[in-house]
Amino acid sequence: MSYYDFLFVIEVLVGGLLSGVMYSLVAIGFVLIYKTSGVLNFAQGSMVLFAALTFVSLVERGIPFALSLLITFAVMVALGFTIERTVLRPLVNRSPMTLFMATLGLSYIIEGAAQLIWGTQVHGLDLGIDDTPFEVGGILISSFDLLAAAIAAAMVAGLSAFFYWTRIGLAFRAVADDQFAALAVGLRLPRIWGTVWTAAGFVALVAGLLWGARLGVRFSLSLIVLKALPVLVLGGFDSILGAIVGGLIIGASEKLAEVYLGPFVGGGIEGWFAYALALVVLLVRPSGLFGQKTVERV
Amino acid sequence: MTFFSHLRKAAIATAFVLGATAVHAEEQYFPLQSYRVGPYAAGGTGFFGGFIDYLNLINIRDGGVNGAKLAWSEGETQYEVEKGVEVYERLKSNPGIAAWNPLSVGIAYAMIDRITDDKVPLITINHGRTDTTDGRVFPYVFPLLLNPYSETSGIVNYIASKEGGLDKLKGKNIVVLYHGSPYGKETIPIYELLSQKYGFELSQIEVPHPGNEQQAQWLTIRREHPDYVVLRGWGVMNPVALKTAQKTGFPADHIIGNVWSNSEEDVIPAGDAAKGYTAITTQASGERYPVVQEIVKTVYGDGKGNLEDKSRIGSVYHNLGIVNGILNVEAVRIAQAKFGNRTLTGDEVRWGFEHLKLDPARVEALGAKDLFHSINVSWDNHEGDGYVTFQQWDGKKWNVVSDWIAPDWKLLRPIIEKSSEAYAKEKGIKIRTAEDADAVVSN
Repeated sequence: MSYYDFLFVIEVLVGGLLSGVMYSLVAIGFVLIYKTSGVLNFAQGSMVLFAALTFVSLVERGIPFALSLLITFAVMVALGFTIERTVLRPLVNRSPMTLFMATLGLSYIIEGAAQLIWGTQVHGLDLGIDDTPFEVGGILISSFDLLAAAIAAAMVAGLSAFFYWTRIGLAFRAVADDQFAALAVGLRLPRIWGTVWTAAGFVALVAGLLWGARLGVRFSLSLIVLKALPVLVLGGFDSILGAIVGGLIIGASEKLAEVYLGPFVGGGIEGWFAYALALVVLLVRPSGLFGQKTVERV
Repeated sequence: MTFFSHLRKAAIATAFVLGATAVHAEEQYFPLQSYRVGPYAAGGTGFFGGFIDYLNLINIRDGGVNGAKLAWSEGETQYEVEKGVEVYERLKSNPGIAAWNPLSVGIAYAMIDRITDDKVPLITINHGRTDTTDGRVFPYVFPLLLNPYSETSGIVNYIASKEGGLDKLKGKNIVVLYHGSPYGKETIPIYELLSQKYGFELSQIEVPHPGNEQQAQWLTIRREHPDYVVLRGWGVMNPVALKTAQKTGFPADHIIGNVWSNSEEDVIPAGDAAKGYTAITTQASGERYPVVQEIVKTVYGDGKGNLEDKSRIGSVYHNLGIVNGILNVEAVRIAQAKFGNRTLTGDEVRWGFEHLKLDPARVEALGAKDLFHSINVSWDNHEGDGYVTFQQWDGKKWNVVSDWIAPDWKLLRPIIEKSSEAYAKEKGIKIRTAEDADAVVSN
């Protein structure tokens, strides 16, 4: 392998890791909700679309950037509590499949509402972050991707601190461990779920802004959940650290596979390669690399 | 009280509509399988908006086509094949159907057998199966103006013109980045053929649907140092390609987009990364063409404009819809000249399409000079030898940067015939003759 080839491998690897961080951003939203309520929230992608579309539509109507951000966050808070009140609360104690189907339906409702309110036009989203690459030792690195990685790292650190060092975080963990026990000691489940959905809404907002700046704000933004699912399977549905590590593994491996295996099988393999990898992990470790192992008495 | 008030209004409205129908007994109907929501709504609202705007112009300005009012209704498909077929089944019993215009490769494929049985034209302007160009095998399908092979030839001819001639292509390196779908793969063999013919090096790289991640593909492109990248994209794949090209240091002015990578929706989300990007088109964008100005004045002035956002008037998809409207209406007009100024059958309109010859003078008379070049459809050539031009994005708008360019139709025709004849053999279809084409079902 020549020095140039070696550099190219590193470049693909770095590019893949940075892409993986973007997948993790979406996966974290899933983890938050799954961790505290056991619900695989299929509507997370729609929430990303809704947040980004709301934000960009406000900015385009002349509302300042910061105020638009604040209003969008308020909208996501309202959405989180509305979902808790109208969907989750009536379905409490239902099977996980029922809740999953409810979020599937919710996903379509949010997508439809987003288009009904803000229209179907494609929007550009400029966050003011320069996306011209810079060179480090012969490797081109995207400044935008680096910043996205930094934001994701900050979010993980913040969420981890929140979970471990705040009273509400402690309550979240208690609910995640045992909902009935949490109720028995006086924790208010609806409020906690509402707060968790708000946090997921915040993650959706951040992911929506970064992905929206990359893809444009358009309907297909909601399809980024397809990138998050193998990350979750690989990292574990209830681990924030798993979402990050899973994202990095998926991002790096799918890019390397596309470049080095793709030409032998006709190319375009990264769409399914991540799922194949996740399937292998599922067979070996059903709860993912960092997921909590469930032990049940039979 | 309110309910009865509404009921009375509804009854009056119904009587009015029935009355209006009685007055305009001759009516030509366009069933529209539109998509105004879903992932491709931006294209759908523009195209169907332009099409309806033109039909409205003909009704308001001319009272229809020689007295036959143009009518239409829409069914939402969200660009999904099963919904497109469902809308087809729902609308096909309406009387006086002129032609179907789904603007969807998938829906068009699913309709070929159905419309052939029903003897109604299916228009796939700028897209669809390339071999449907051969009217000997596909009597009712019309990939008007540009089929995918002609598009490929047009792009290669444009690159050649930039390099100083077809002979200068030898030794050049061209990468085709295509959407991982039947649409994206349609042109793989023709690029290979042209590569062999002109001696340029060729790599064809697939981007999996939907195309929101292209880091690996563009790093591969960077390693190959191509002279040009042809972008055969769709939807979100296009802005992501332009942004990732910028990230990997490939210049936008050496990326040439295909006909489904040439709209404002493809470049605006890419921001500055799209500046200098060039794309093929069969119709220019902008409002300066007389027919577009007339639509603004007459249709939008009358409050009947179809686009909610008036800033989209003259956009790529809107103008494509207008050109599609011109071609449909002129086919009806040509058919009326032969069969009479009345509601025509689908087969009569098919005959009209097969005699759709609009030379530059006629295009100018229709107010579309420079909007599109010309068309020359015949019973066996359903594409009609459309010319192409190239437009470059300056960050705010498209600017035309080439003359009208002719694809290499002579080179392509034998390949098309080979494919269509294989299809005919597989399906047991009898190859049509000119006499067959002149036999028209009039009731």
